[in-house]
Amino acid sequence: MLTAILALGILAALFGLLLGYTAIRFRVEGDPVANQINAILPQTQCGQCGFAGCRPYAEAIAAGEAEINQCPPGGEAGIRALADLLGRDFKPLNEEHGEHKEKMIAVIDEQVCIGCTLCIQACPVDAILGAAKHMHTVIEAECTGCELCVPPCPVDCIDMVPLHQDVSTWKWPSPDEVATARK
Amino acid sequence: MGKAPHHLHRFHGGLHLPANKTLSSGSPIRALPIPARLVIPLSQHIGTAADVMVKVGEPVLRGQMIARAQGYVSVPIHASSSGTVVDITDHLIPHPSGLSAPCIIIETDGKDTAVDDTLSADHTQLDPSELRNRIRQAGIVGLGGAGFPSFIKLNPGTNRPIATLLINGAECEPYISCDDRLMRERAADVIGGAAILKHALNATECVIAVEDNKPEAIQALRDAIAQRSVSDFAVVVIPTLYPTGGEKQLIQVVTGREVPSQGLPADVGVICHNPGTAAAVHRVFALGEPLISRIITVTGTGVREPGNVEVRVGTPMADVIAACGGYTDRAQRLLMGGPMMGFAVGNDATPVIKTTNCLLVAGGNELPLPQAPLPCIRCGACVDVCPAKLLPQQLYWYAHAKDFDKVQDYSLFDCIECGCCAYVCPSHLPLVQYYRFAKTEIWNQEREREKADIARQRHEYRLFRLEREKDERAARLQQKQAALKTAKGETTAEDPKKAAIQAALERAKAKKASAGVMPKNTDNLTEAQQQAITNADERRRNRDSSTATRSEDA
Ligand code: SF4
Ligand code: SF4
Ligand code: SF4
Repeated sequence: MLTAILALGILAALFGLLLGYTAIRFRVEGDPVANQINAILPQTQCGQCGFAGCRPYAEAIAAGEAEINQCPPGGEAGIRALADLLGRDFKPLNEEHGEHKEKMIAVIDEQVCIGCTLCIQACPVDAILGAAKHMHTVIEAECTGCELCVPPCPVDCIDMVPLHQDVSTWKWPSPDEVATARK
Repeated sequence: MGKAPHHLHRFHGGLHLPANKTLSSGSPIRALPIPARLVIPLSQHIGTAADVMVKVGEPVLRGQMIARAQGYVSVPIHASSSGTVVDITDHLIPHPSGLSAPCIIIETDGKDTAVDDTLSADHTQLDPSELRNRIRQAGIVGLGGAGFPSFIKLNPGTNRPIATLLINGAECEPYISCDDRLMRERAADVIGGAAILKHALNATECVIAVEDNKPEAIQALRDAIAQRSVSDFAVVVIPTLYPTGGEKQLIQVVTGREVPSQGLPADVGVICHNPGTAAAVHRVFALGEPLISRIITVTGTGVREPGNVEVRVGTPMADVIAACGGYTDRAQRLLMGGPMMGFAVGNDATPVIKTTNCLLVAGGNELPLPQAPLPCIRCGACVDVCPAKLLPQQLYWYAHAKDFDKVQDYSLFDCIECGCCAYVCPSHLPLVQYYRFAKTEIWNQEREREKADIARQRHEYRLFRLEREKDERAARLQQKQAALKTAKGETTAEDPKKAAIQAALERAKAKKASAGVMPKNTDNLTEAQQQAITNADERRRNRDSSTATRSEDA
């Protein structure tokens, strides 16, 4: 037990160091505007915008090759922030790229999982844990809800479920929404 | 005490509200019987929830710690009476969301047996850090409403000397009278507790501020001060005006100093505590009793016998109402807190917690019903009454437009949600709801941003990992090819597989050849050394031939 804790602790520390190191060593310098845009994008890394992740989309916006309303996870607030940053007009989300949904996270049905590792390869943030032929599981806190792991699963054992809401994350509803809900 | 009458100041805005306090303030505090079941939430304070220390089926005693503090902004939770832990599960808690949260459920045994006392002490013998520690171990939080762990407020840091301990006896919200009754009936406890707090803070003076609509409480406090003959204590009578009980407003009234925007009272040398908190601190040191009960105002025309009751933390609200004669026919809504700052509770199975100061059972028409809002006419009435000197109509506009940057530019987070603006708004706009919506929305955005930062790092790391793996594969391939080239000279390696096999063959040959090569460093040997080598060679040859393998070359 103690050795397990110790081993995990050391591993955690090592990975922390590695992450820190890569953050510094492999910092993507690049275009400051793209960086600012990337800081606004939600980092879901889902690709719905039509790019291979948030940074490529940010670079495309900076280069004037993409509109600011292509990111569904970012929603209206994200588009507003981009419009503010770039001094452009707000426009509603382009429905072609999908609609803004409540944030979900992936859950693997561990009884059904066959350990094929396909979802691990699909996850853009390495939030799935497991090894070949062993049951896989999702690290809840790290899952961005991109849904990229769902289609590759050959046994359909990955579900997207709404985030568990508790007292600390609960939000007051807007009175506007309450009023329309009553009508 | 022989001091000149205190010079008072005014804060901006405020309202004169119908007090409705006599409904509950007339009769003495009654201790409620211990309920059959206690539902004790793990989070009854601002900060991290406490961590369970008991198991289902375990017997517990009154005052026994059943959950320990987790992190700095946290305090432990104690069993409010003796009995058995029957469940640890999610249960309704008093919260505007109406959500459930983890609770420890205790079936009481009616004996109310206390745990061994580890808390009581002569406070004058303890230094401030030990005082703070005991106050924390006793689970004391601010009993005025928000429930901030009290020990933190007693630790303002060495760079901020505290001149004044201010006991906030304003109790400005309509209907509520629990502090009033407490100060009337247990003034000595309040003063005793204040003396401990003052000692812990090393404050120069203690001011107890009470609104002028509580003459009995003022007299009782003055008597208690005279009796204890404590020095540097003063009762200051302040005008009745809502919301004088707001921390920043009270400090301004009493000291004339304005706490800066986003600042703390300690920045102007003041620390505020509620009289209920002071009395609870007194009980810790005098009786060794952690925070397991509190005084609650039960009021409104929806309850048969309004009054003030002393209730064990974790008592279901239904039991409290039942002990106050039950609901009347007029009962319509159950609120925790007063009519201005309270919130509706949907189910009376919800337990009373450390911060429950009032249960208001509103009868029909007792509280103004929400009316259909009209557009803002920019009359400015809200600006005139806002005690935080904000521009409520601007806050409303930007919260409504979901422009969360702008709404912060207008100091949203200085809003104390007192409700004055909404009270006077001729357009019946639910202004405070907009501000609460904006605040929780902004906190949520901050959480999302933190998560996004982690996701970005992890994604970049993944890209780096994939890149590295690709590089490693490429490097391995290159190595093979390079080895091939050196082995075969400049020959063309059209078929890499063939070439690889060829290379392997050559390596094997080379190895074989080297097996027959004599060891190096064999020049200039002495006789003895030469002899040893010959002997060794002899032995090896014998062994090789005896096992009858690869012999010729050797
Ligand atoms: S759509 Fe997905 S990948 Fe594209 S920017 Fe938004 S979160 Fe990032
Ligand atoms: S009181 Fe109401 S109508 Fe008047 S300015 Fe304020 S929000 Fe607008
Ligand atoms: S609720 Fe906020 S904005 Fe309205 S009066 Fe009170 S402090 Fe001012």
